[in-house]
Amino acid sequence: MRIGTVLRPALVLLLLALVLRPAWFTPVFAPFAPQGGPVIYDRVSLLSLSLSHLGLVAAASAAATLIAVTLAILVTRPAGAAFRPLSRTITNMGQTFPPVAVLALAVPALGFGAGPTLVALFLYGLLPIFENAIAALSTLPPATMEAARGIGLNRWQRLVRVELPLALPVILTGIRLSVVIALGTATIGSTVAARTLGEVIIAGLLTNNTAYVLQGGLIVGLFAVLIYDALVQLEVRLARRIGAQSS
Amino acid sequence: MIEIDRITKTYNGVRAVDSVTMTVETGTITVIVGTSGSGKTTLLRMINRLEEPSSGEVRINGESTLAVKPHILRRRIGYAIQGHGLFPHHTVARNIAAVPELLNWSADKIRARVDELLTLFSMEPATFRDRYPAALSGGQQQRVGVARALASRPDLLLMDEPFGALDPVIRTRAQEDLRRIQQQLGSTIMLVTHDMEEAMRLGDRVAVMDAGRLVQHGTPAEIITRPATDFVASMVGEVERPLRLLSLVPVSDLVEAGTAEGEALQVGASLRDALSACLWTGRSAVPVEQDGRRVGRVTFDAIRARARVHP
Ligand SMILES: Nc1ncnc2c1ncn2[C@@H]1O[C@H](COP(=O)(O)OP(=O)(O)OP(=O)(O)O)[C@@H](O)[C@H]1O
Ligand SMILES: [Mg+2]
Repeated sequence: MRIGTVLRPALVLLLLALVLRPAWFTPVFAPFAPQGGPVIYDRVSLLSLSLSHLGLVAAASAAATLIAVTLAILVTRPAGAAFRPLSRTITNMGQTFPPVAVLALAVPALGFGAGPTLVALFLYGLLPIFENAIAALSTLPPATMEAARGIGLNRWQRLVRVELPLALPVILTGIRLSVVIALGTATIGSTVAARTLGEVIIAGLLTNNTAYVLQGGLIVGLFAVLIYDALVQLEVRLARRIGAQSS
Repeated sequence: MIEIDRITKTYNGVRAVDSVTMTVETGTITVIVGTSGSGKTTLLRMINRLEEPSSGEVRINGESTLAVKPHILRRRIGYAIQGHGLFPHHTVARNIAAVPELLNWSADKIRARVDELLTLFSMEPATFRDRYPAALSGGQQQRVGVARALASRPDLLLMDEPFGALDPVIRTRAQEDLRRIQQQLGSTIMLVTHDMEEAMRLGDRVAVMDAGRLVQHGTPAEIITRPATDFVASMVGEVERPLRLLSLVPVSDLVEAGTAEGEALQVGASLRDALSACLWTGRSAVPVEQDGRRVGRVTFDAIRARARVHP
């Protein structure tokens, strides 16, 4: 905890500096740049790349959350139980398909740009959220569920007032895993001309400029660490409220 | 009036509840006793349709419970579940307010009701109102569970071992509170317990279940003096029989003119209390008091004679 209170603001400041004032880091990255070559990536503003990167991740994760949670709700109802194996197979396939292959397949259909990247991130994000939502919704405390029926909540009220709030911390864990995967995976979107921080890394690879690669990698990594941490904090807060359940 | 009409529940060919028929009068407490697995919970859950009967039906004031949607039916019937089942993500106040909220009571009325119930169950509202269930002891959780069942003042209350986790002192007080609340409101209660003592103390009627069947349904005195089967007799307990019987009779029944030495008993006390007082202090009679005034005495001989008269 105490380490976190010091480290967290430090990392936020570091990230802000890297994105907003990349020139400050010239001495740090200079040793990794080719002789006489550029040290700091300045073809596009890193801020706009970061925003576009985060935007893609947010859009794909939001869509994945919506679909995965809806699907999990459906297959945990008595009427939907029969579809559970099938839906698990489908989301598992989303995960086993390499993202590069998804990109390659999606380009002919969607053209270059953000489209194929969104599709790949979306498919990739489904599984962790879906699996966690199913686990959470099918292991709710039985006495609480019985009481929810017993006092006269209808199906919808039970779902909204009891099941989802109780399942939320575990669903959030799934969303967190999915978002972190997406933050990393989004970098390859730049191979099909999506505007992401991958652009910096790829530029570095193409020109043999390790400084670019480090710069891009560091920014993506810091985003991932900080977002992961923020979501963990949120989960802890929610779970603490629900508390050590005495069943 | 609640009429349970040949109700049966079959799980995988086994009858958990086997053609139970009984009538529960409005404004009475019926206690269902029986060993573990005898079908008590299943019987109770069929009344508010948490479990659909395999056959038979339940009528409340003449109307079949099948005539309304289950969740609407359940809002009219208070239900205190075995093991409380509180909502862990809601505060004590919101837990208790669950049904009044569903019934759209005003916020002021709900708040007043929550505080009233907490006070009734000896839980200081200011201390407990905003706590989450995880921060309560087992006994407190159970009392909140019962308070939730009582919150909307339902005409019918189903209670499944509501006092199971309470220590003997709090348990006795909770039973007295329940009796008092029930008499004030005239509600009808069906309560499940393992504990014969609790059944005798609370029940206007006691229903004994054995392997899914209702083997006897009668007043506590009938159950004690004329057990229908060996099973009922063993539930009552041969050794405890005379004491259980005496605990049902108030001192006022045997009060006679005269004086006696020592500490007095209230008229509301039972003959068992009187017997205990006689034995403990070696007296052959104890004075009886009403509203702080001596009204007579009850004698050891009279108690002994009464214990031998089986109604
Ligand atoms: N959903 C179910 N599926 C199969 N069998 C069940 C189910 N619910 C209850 N039973 C069986 O029905 C019988 C009666 O159970 P019930 O819960 O009514 O007993 P009980 O009298 O309340 O017991 P206890 O005092 O232990 O609470 C038991 O043998 C139990 O195993
Ligand atoms: Mg039971």
